[in-house]
Amino acid sequence: MKQTKKARLSAGQIALIVIGVLFFAVMLVWPLVEVLYRALKGGWALYWSAVTAKTTLSALRVTLLAAVIALLVDTFFALAASWLLTKFEFRGKSVLTTLIDIPFSISPVIAGLAFIMMFGRSGLATPVVNWFNDTFGTDIALVFSIPGVVLATIFVTFPYVLRELLPAMNLQGCAEEEAAALLGAGGFTIFRRVTLPHIKWPLIYGMVLCAARAFGEFGAVYAVSKARGETFTLPLEVDALYMSGGAEAITQAFAVSSLLVLLALVMLILKNIAEWRAKKSY
Amino acid sequence: MFIETRQLCKRFDDYEAAKDITFGVEQGKMAALLGPSGSGKTTILRMIAGLEQQDSGDILINGKNVNDVPAGERGIGFVFQNYALFRYMNVYDNIAFGLKVQKKSKAEIRARVTELIQLIGLVGLEKRYPNQLSGGQRQRVAFARAIAPGPSLLLLDEPFAAIDAKVRKELRVWLRDMIVQVGITSIFVTHDQEEALEVADDIIILNEGHIEQMGTPTEIYLHPQTPFVAQFAGNSSVVEGLPGFRGFEKLPKGQKILIRPEFVDAFKTDNLQMQPYADRAEDGVVTGISFRGSSLEVRLKVHGITLLTNRSLERREIRLGEHMNVFLHRVYCIEGERTQVVENELLKDISME
Amino acid sequence: MKQKRNRVIPGFGLTLGITVTMLSLLILLPLASVLIRSFELTPAEFWETITRSNVVGAFQTSILCALIAAAINCVFGLILAWILERYEFPGKRLIDGMIELPFALPTAVAGITLAKMYSDQGVLGQALSRIGIQGSYSRVGLVIALVFVGIPFVVRSIQPVLRKLPPSCEEAALMLGASRGFTFRHVILPELTPALLTGFGLALARGIGEYGSVIYISGNSSKNSTQVVSYVIMQKLNSGSADYVGAAAIALVLLAISFLLMFLLNLVQWFAARRTR
Repeated sequence: MKQTKKARLSAGQIALIVIGVLFFAVMLVWPLVEVLYRALKGGWALYWSAVTAKTTLSALRVTLLAAVIALLVDTFFALAASWLLTKFEFRGKSVLTTLIDIPFSISPVIAGLAFIMMFGRSGLATPVVNWFNDTFGTDIALVFSIPGVVLATIFVTFPYVLRELLPAMNLQGCAEEEAAALLGAGGFTIFRRVTLPHIKWPLIYGMVLCAARAFGEFGAVYAVSKARGETFTLPLEVDALYMSGGAEAITQAFAVSSLLVLLALVMLILKNIAEWRAKKSY
Repeated sequence: MFIETRQLCKRFDDYEAAKDITFGVEQGKMAALLGPSGSGKTTILRMIAGLEQQDSGDILINGKNVNDVPAGERGIGFVFQNYALFRYMNVYDNIAFGLKVQKKSKAEIRARVTELIQLIGLVGLEKRYPNQLSGGQRQRVAFARAIAPGPSLLLLDEPFAAIDAKVRKELRVWLRDMIVQVGITSIFVTHDQEEALEVADDIIILNEGHIEQMGTPTEIYLHPQTPFVAQFAGNSSVVEGLPGFRGFEKLPKGQKILIRPEFVDAFKTDNLQMQPYADRAEDGVVTGISFRGSSLEVRLKVHGITLLTNRSLERREIRLGEHMNVFLHRVYCIEGERTQVVENELLKDISME
Repeated sequence: MKQKRNRVIPGFGLTLGITVTMLSLLILLPLASVLIRSFELTPAEFWETITRSNVVGAFQTSILCALIAAAINCVFGLILAWILERYEFPGKRLIDGMIELPFALPTAVAGITLAKMYSDQGVLGQALSRIGIQGSYSRVGLVIALVFVGIPFVVRSIQPVLRKLPPSCEEAALMLGASRGFTFRHVILPELTPALLTGFGLALARGIGEYGSVIYISGNSSKNSTQVVSYVIMQKLNSGSADYVGAAAIALVLLAISFLLMFLLNLVQWFAARRTR
C-alpha cells in the first residue's frame, strides 16, 4: 500500500534533522572545505608549483600504479572467492570467510610490519628472494621499493571488492548457473554469460570502494616506503611536506591533499552511480 | 450505529483510494470490507484506526467524532495482516504491551494477560517468541494483544491471508467464536468472498474506492445490485445473450448475462426426480470435469455457450463427451451499472403442473 | 549431501585453489611472520617489551579513545541513519551520498586537516579552547579523528535494517497507545541492536588500529597519554636501531586484543540475535 510521508514534521523531528545535518556539516563537510581553503591560502602560484612539483608527480604515478595493480589483484581474487563462497558448500567455509575479513580489523601499520618481517633485512622470505636474485641475476627488492608499496596496498584493500560482491552473488543464487551447467555450458561461459550480467554493477561498486581505499592508504605504505620522489605515494608526500614544518610546506601539503580530495570526490560520485545502477538492476 | 463513517475521501498522488465512503456497523456486529486488491479496503480500515488521515469526511465512534483523536486514543484494537508481533518480546510481553503503556500495576497486568492466554488457548507458551509459533498461534497472540487494553472496536486487516488454507477455515470459526464471546464490534478486511460470506454479519463490497453494495451475506448473494457484485460474490460466467434457450426468449439479442453455477442443473434423461424439467431442458455436452474437493465442477457446452455447474460426488459418474439435460433456473441481466434477476419462464408451467 | 548436489556447477577446485593460495601468500603468511618473529624474544623479554609504561599507556589510549569514539558514533550514526530513512528534507540525497567520504578521503589528508581545524589556529579549535577544551594535540582531538573515520560504519550498518523494518511494527505499538519514545525504546531499538553492535564493532576495530588520521591531531606525546599503539609500533620501525622484533611483539598484542574484542562482540550479537533465529 502506498503511503504518504507526513508532510509536516513535529518539533522533535526537526530537532533530530538539525542535529544530524549539523553533525554532518561539521564532521564531514567542514574538513573538505578546510582542505581547499588551506591549499589556496598561499595563492595560485604556490598551489600550482606544489601540485606540479617533481616529487608530487612521482608520488601520483606510484599511487596510481599501486592502486591499479591492487584493484586488479583484488578483483581477480573477489571473482574467484565469491564463486567459491556462493556456489558451493564445503567444510571450513566460515573459517575461510573470517580469514578473508582479517584486513578489515587489523591496523594498517601491522600490515606494513608484516611485509618487513617477511622480506626485510633478516626477514623470513628474504633468503628465497636472495636466492632468486642470485640465480637469475635480477635485483628485486620487496620492501622499501615499489613492489613493497604495491603489496602493502593489496593487503589493506584485499577483501573490499569481495565484500560488496558477496551479497549480490548470494541474492543471485545458483539456479541459473545450474541450469546452464546442465545444458552443458563450461565454467567460464556460465560466468561470463549468466553470472556477470547480474553482478556487473555491484562489482563496479566494490571496485570503486577498493580504489578509493587504495589511493588513500597511509599506515601500511608508510612502513615499507622510505624514498621520497621514488617510492612515495601521494599520502606519504602529504605527510613529508606537512612534517617538514614550514608554513609554506604546510600549504603545499594541503595543495597535494586537494588532489586526493578531488580523487575521493570522483570516487564518491562513481560509487553513487554504481550504487544507483545496482539498485535499478534488481 | 456504533461506528460510522461519513463521506470519507482519500487520495494518494495518482489514485483515489476512497470515494465518498459512508457506512455504519451496529454494536456487537461483525462487518467485512470485501473487495479485490486496490479497492481501497485497507485504506478505509487504516483511516478508521487513525493510521491514515482522510482528506475529507468524518468518523464517528459511539456518536463521537474522532477525526482529531490520535490513533492510540480511539479505543481501537488492530490486528495487522502479518500480525506485526514484536519479535523481541515473548508471547506474554506482546500481550502485556498495551497494558504496560497504560501503566497498569504488575498484578493487574498479570491477571489480564493470564486470562487472555487462557482464552486463546496458549497456556504454557507464554515464554515463546513469535518466531517459535505457528501462523495460527501468532494470529491468536495478535488477537489477544489487540484486545488486551479493552478496546471497544476491533479492526482486522486480512486476518487470514498469511495462513495455510487448511488451518484457515478452522481459525475463521475460532475467531468468529472469540469475537462473539468477547462481544466486541469488529470490522475486517478481506478479498476472499467465501470468508466474508461465512464470517460477517454485514458485508460492504468495495470496488475502486467506492462502495458497490452493503447488506447481509444473504442479501448480497441473492440480490446483487451491480454487475461487479454479481461477479464478485460467487463463481460465475458472463455470456452475451442466450439464443436457443427456451424460457428466455424475451431476452434481447446480445444482452450481457451472468450465470451462476448454482442455478444450472445438469442431469441424465433417466433421472426420475428431474422428470418435470426433462422436457424443458436443453441438450448439453460435457466438455470438462474438474475436481473441487467436495464436489465436481462440470463444464458443459449448450448451444455454443459454455456453462458451469457443480455436481455432488454422490451422484452418478459422468464422462467427457457425454450428453446431458441442462436446465437454467435463473440468470442475472446486466444493464449498465445495475443487475436484475430473470427467472426461466418455463418454471411457471412446472409449478402449475 | 549438499556438497554433491552443488557440484553441478563447475569451478570448485579452481576457485578454491586461487582463493586459498592468494589468501595464504598475501595475508596469512605475512601475518604469520609477525607471530614467528615475535617469538624470537624470550618470554621475559617479550613481557618486558609489552609492559613498558609507554606501551601500556598507548594501549590504554587506543582502546579508551576507540571505545568513546565508537559510542559517540553509535549516537550520531543512529540519528543520521534515522533521518535519512524516515524523513524528507532538502539535501538528504547529498548527505546520503557523502556518508562514505571518510572511507574515500585518505586518512593522512583527514589527519592534517582535522589537526589544523581543531588547533588554536583553527576556527573550531578556538571555539573549543574558549570553553576550556584543548582540541588538537590531546585525547579530545584523537577522539574527534576516530569519530570521523568511524561514522560511515555505523550509519551503513543501521540503514538497511531500518529500511526493512516493517512500519506495521511501529503502528502496532501506536495502536496500543504507546508514545513515540516508548515505541522507540521498546520496539525499534531492540530491532536495531544487532546492527548497532555490528557498526560499533567495525568502528571500534578501525579505531584501535587507526594510524593516518590520528597521528597529526594527537600530538603523540607519551607524557600526555596521546600516543596510540600504531604510533608506537611505527616508531620502533623507524628508530635508528629499527627494533623490528619489539614492534612485532606489540603488534601481536594489538592483534590479540582486536580479535578478542571482535570475538566478544560476536558473542553479544549472537545472544541478541538468538531470539529471532
